[in-house]
Amino acid sequence: MGKFGETFLNWEVMAQYAPKIVEGFFVTLQLAAVIVVTGLAAGLAAALVRTLRLRLLNFFIVLAVDVLRALPPLVLIMILYFALPTVGVLLTGFVATWLALSAVLAAFAEEIFWAGILAVPRGQWEAARSTGLTFLQAMNHVVLPQAVRLTIPPLTNRTIAITKGTALGATVAVGEILYQAQTGYSFSYNPSPLTLGALAYLVLFIPVVWFGRWVETRFAWKR
Amino acid sequence: METLVNAFFNLGILRETAPYLWVGFKMSVLLTAVVVPLGIAGGLAVALLSRVRTKALRWLVVAYVDLFRAFPPLVLLMFIAFGLPFTGLDLPAFAAVALAFFLNTSSYYGEIFRAGIESIPRGQFEAARSTGLSGTQTMAYVIVPQATRNVIPDLISNTLEVVKLTSIASVVALPELLYAARQAQSITYNATPIIAAGVIYLVCLWPLVRLLSRFEHRQIVLH
Repeated sequence: MGKFGETFLNWEVMAQYAPKIVEGFFVTLQLAAVIVVTGLAAGLAAALVRTLRLRLLNFFIVLAVDVLRALPPLVLIMILYFALPTVGVLLTGFVATWLALSAVLAAFAEEIFWAGILAVPRGQWEAARSTGLTFLQAMNHVVLPQAVRLTIPPLTNRTIAITKGTALGATVAVGEILYQAQTGYSFSYNPSPLTLGALAYLVLFIPVVWFGRWVETRFAWKR
Repeated sequence: METLVNAFFNLGILRETAPYLWVGFKMSVLLTAVVVPLGIAGGLAVALLSRVRTKALRWLVVAYVDLFRAFPPLVLLMFIAFGLPFTGLDLPAFAAVALAFFLNTSSYYGEIFRAGIESIPRGQFEAARSTGLSGTQTMAYVIVPQATRNVIPDLISNTLEVVKLTSIASVVALPELLYAARQAQSITYNATPIIAAGVIYLVCLWPLVRLLSRFEHRQIVLH
């Protein structure tokens, strides 16, 4: 254990970099929070616009969703951070990561919400409209509540997966956990900061993974 | 408009850097061809192990799956690529990437196969065993083929994510497509290579996205 401990669990190095990791922990939390909020909101908005069935608009929504699902998130971040400045658009690493990951989350969320809305039987629409509800009321009080319930398990899983993408921010100098851990590692030439970073991710994501598992069983469809 | 074309779609630059991108593309294909089958095999093993009678072993498998699903893949990759050499095990970049991918993807594929196996009614086990098949034969010839068929959309979806994920290998300097594009960009001071890399991902993965989108709708609508 001696040499291994000194290498991977070096208390001195860990104590030195722990405050940085804690700082990174809160940056990761912030980044994850803004990504989840904007991504889910934009995804829901796009799915709702799609229900209006305006052909040209829907074409662009589907196109955007497809592109965002086919591109690796890291490529997207790189384009925003390294390619846009060449035409004069400068984004910070935080903004680039935020935009890229919320766009990706929005694309997946749009698909899931849309599939959920389609899954609500037409009869529900017709019944709601014939009781005198307007389109918006029918959507809001009848269709969406049913659709959202269907979408919760896939949406939770996707959101968790994309939230973990915040680590990609380390490649564009966002001071989140991984970046701090990596910086600590290169300064001290000791992997203990990486161990500490890994622990920080476990503290953050183990409960999230368990929550995802619980959601899956809680909303499982009984056949 | 012209500055935009010059900055992002510069044909001269594209011609100049195409050979680099081609080398990177081949590496990405090779990486995919290694990590996807490994991940699927590992996932199947994880799913089968999570059904053994020994409780301790089952717990161990759950711990493995949760642990490696909680780490962002990039964190795992960096930990292995930078940390492992300190243990005296100096893996080449490709092997380090393959190992990190195996730990991560086998957990995800494992969860998918587990759900697939759980979707097979008990009667199938009982019927298979009562015809005289052994436990192993029952699994191999009756349960796993049906389970796999039930989760094909999830398997494709996860495989798409894995292919996209290979782009993070660029962070540990494995010369795959994104790495080649970034190198080409820093040599030419032009963003065309990175845009080209995006287009290559798009062209290769778009058919898969289309296919999946069709699967997903059918799945949620049929519930």
